[in-house]
Amino acid sequence: MQKLIHFLSDPWPWYVAGPLIGLMIPTLLFVINKDLGISSSFRHMCAMTRLKKISFFDYDWREYVWNLNFVFGIFLSGIIVSLFFPNPEEINLSENFIAWLQEMGVSDIKGFLPGDIFQWSFLNSPRTLIILIGGGFFIGFGSRYAGGCTSGHAIMGLSQLSIGSLIAVIGFFIGGLIVSWFLLPFILTL
Amino acid sequence: MKSIKTIFLGILFGTILIKSEAVSWFRIQEMFHFESFHMYGIIGSAVATGMISLMVIKKMSLRSFTGEEIIPKAQPLNKYANFFGGILFGFGWALLGACPGPLYGLLGLGYSIIVVPICSAILGVICYALVRDKLPH
Repeated sequence: MQKLIHFLSDPWPWYVAGPLIGLMIPTLLFVINKDLGISSSFRHMCAMTRLKKISFFDYDWREYVWNLNFVFGIFLSGIIVSLFFPNPEEINLSENFIAWLQEMGVSDIKGFLPGDIFQWSFLNSPRTLIILIGGGFFIGFGSRYAGGCTSGHAIMGLSQLSIGSLIAVIGFFIGGLIVSWFLLPFILTL
Repeated sequence: MKSIKTIFLGILFGTILIKSEAVSWFRIQEMFHFESFHMYGIIGSAVATGMISLMVIKKMSLRSFTGEEIIPKAQPLNKYANFFGGILFGFGWALLGACPGPLYGLLGLGYSIIVVPICSAILGVICYALVRDKLPH
């Protein structure tokens, strides 16, 4: 038992986590016969409200209620992990990368998010505002425009050998590389 | 009953994302800076496993546990939308250091500030809905 808790608490290596994520695809198909996807949950939330007047949201969200239950489960997993088998405080990062972070004014490397950015009390700082509001906006807009996010396109779509998904994933990395190499250093040092 | 099953599957998926550190801002930034193989290993092996699973399901015409036929919906090919939407999503992914799945997990882990990007993402979806007709697809 002690051993199991130990295994659950330690970070899982990629060759354990990756195949488990891949196996979510057949698991979802066998148990509820649905295709893996996360980002459409934002759309369904809009379809539940008066935004229904906009044609893009004019459909019966109840048909997609599984997707909202699924993301609710992801939310619950956060609570369960933090209560019963929390991850270690610090992530094992390369020295090179830690040095870069420090140069960028990111010194709090405990936990999953840097404390010197993701903090309610920093909402008045330009870098926190741009990262949270800008980042969120592009994720929402881009995933709907592209027709999926990392799970729908990169995991599910590529597994289906979909050309559209391959194009989208190439786009994800073009956009991500542009921001992280050219824009983020500027924003982080604001 | 079906919703309990689905919530349980969400818990499973979320736990894998958290325990593999895929929800970590540091892991995403590190990936874009080519400082570690971790995230590439996760995505690559996930796709390989998913691909093999789908091939087996198709080849053997496996059915769901309730006996339904399994026909995954093909992702439609909209080359301009896939590409330009993909780039915009990439901007957000690198800026925020998280994609949609991890956002829900981080919220559960107690990072309440994540409601800000979630609301902002919903705003992004609304804006897309409003300008959709003017964009190339």
